[in-house]
Amino acid sequence: MSKLGTRSFTLLQTVTSVGLSALAWAVTGVRPIWNGSQPSDRQRIYFANHASHGDFILLSACLDEKERARTHAVAAADYWGKSRLRRFIAQDMLSSVLIHRQWTDEAQNPIAIMLSVLDKGHSLIIFPEGTRNMTDAPLLPFRSGLYNLSMARPDVELIPCWIENMSRVLPKGQFVPVPLLCRVVFGAPIALAPGEERRAFLDRARQTLLALNPRPQTHDAEKSNPVFRKTSCDHKSLEHRTRSDIRHDAQRDD
Amino acid sequence: MHETLILVVGLAAVLTTASLVAGILSWRAPKPLSSTLVNLNQRINAWWVMVVAITVAFFFGRSGMTILFALISFAALREFVTLTHSRRSDHWVLLGMFGLIIPFQYWLVWTAWYGLFTIFIPVYCFLLMPAITALHGDTERFLERVSAQQWAVMISVYCVSHVPALLTLDVPGFEGRNLLLVAFLIITVQGSDVLQYIFGKLFGRHLMSPKVSPSKTWEGLVGGLVTSSLLGALLSFLTPFSPVQAAAVAFIACLMGFLGGLVASAIKRDQGVKDWGHLIDGHGGMMDRADSLVFAAPVFFHTVRYFWT
Repeated sequence: MSKLGTRSFTLLQTVTSVGLSALAWAVTGVRPIWNGSQPSDRQRIYFANHASHGDFILLSACLDEKERARTHAVAAADYWGKSRLRRFIAQDMLSSVLIHRQWTDEAQNPIAIMLSVLDKGHSLIIFPEGTRNMTDAPLLPFRSGLYNLSMARPDVELIPCWIENMSRVLPKGQFVPVPLLCRVVFGAPIALAPGEERRAFLDRARQTLLALNPRPQTHDAEKSNPVFRKTSCDHKSLEHRTRSDIRHDAQRDD
Repeated sequence: MHETLILVVGLAAVLTTASLVAGILSWRAPKPLSSTLVNLNQRINAWWVMVVAITVAFFFGRSGMTILFALISFAALREFVTLTHSRRSDHWVLLGMFGLIIPFQYWLVWTAWYGLFTIFIPVYCFLLMPAITALHGDTERFLERVSAQQWAVMISVYCVSHVPALLTLDVPGFEGRNLLLVAFLIITVQGSDVLQYIFGKLFGRHLMSPKVSPSKTWEGLVGGLVTSSLLGALLSFLTPFSPVQAAAVAFIACLMGFLGGLVASAIKRDQGVKDWGHLIDGHGGMMDRADSLVFAAPVFFHTVRYFWT
């Protein structure tokens, strides 16, 4: 993580970020919709729905240059750290922060890593679903990271960002994007209420993000989708998890 | 060249007048400006950009026009596909629509291969696209997905490509001046949109189809069609048509244009959106501006081809 340091972007990272933002615009005509928040200098954690590798490119394309240069996406080390090429793309080109979803060594503690980046004054982009959503449900239940970060750094603004259509532009397993129009809706910041429990907070954050979707699906995928039903019945067990359980929260393949 | 000069000067004069009127209105209006005035200013500014873009393409001749309309097709298809339902298994078909069908159709225009130009999409694409979808094995909402894809390609690629295809027609005694036919079509059809809007605002009482569009009235339609046919007659010096023929051709094109706008509104209504996109400030998306041209172009093309070649 020393790469991030106090230095801003390297030349390669700047070129990559400008190039990808231009590409994102050419393919998706992306534009931000500030619906409850405004671009600002405040340190932020942008949290968004996740269905595609293109998600964070689209989100950062919506930020101004200065903000983009200090905003780092959090990505899974077990996917992006797998080969030297992936690691090069993720860290040297995209300046992502790699975290381990399954970790045993305290040095790999994802919360500690993310906090160290925040403490350098950087902003973060995180995907609280923990993996790319491949189901028909609009949004998977949130993992705990958002809560833990908010507990530890209450001054950092949490901005919900709904990324529209990106799952259709670049679905999982595809590498050539289909040109479709995309928007990113930035909502009002949310904050942890005094004494709010983890699960209650995560559900509230999830609902806030869902409510930003400008074109909610007409058929209620949440109710009809078995994947979602299963996880939401797990509510109780999720609620009673302790912090030490989080490390076993590992998910599928990315 | 003489006609081109008159055209450019004429368009510049019309837009300058519009900008002046809007400027005076905005200057005298209470601040902050009402949304109608803001929208009017945006629309006129966007018109300047569109007229400049088309004029630049005009001076590059057939290649300029072909490239410009290929880009318009790209923007229109992107808006269309964004609005319709698709699934992950459609990825390759969708990519093919943008990456193969658009370039190939416009290559056919550019090389003036009329025989394949007219059947490439309605025969080969329409049969092969659903076949590819079926090979992927995902039958969920199959007919809906396939129909939407075909209609998208039909509207945004096939129909739009008939505008630059006008440059491939051999009208006896009109050699080398086909660009003026393109100008005639665009000016009458887009002019008709504006005139229908103005007549609708001034005299509109009877809604034509309230379920489809809250702004289309009989008064607007009749006023717009009559005046744009007159506009067509006025512009007959650009064309191989006599003034009466020009009025008739303009009438047909503008009537088709009206129907195009109506169909586009119905699709938007069905999908629950107000505009196709946000590409052109004040107007909405590319399809919001091009919907009338889309319906008018093929009919205009075949009218000219049948009666004048």
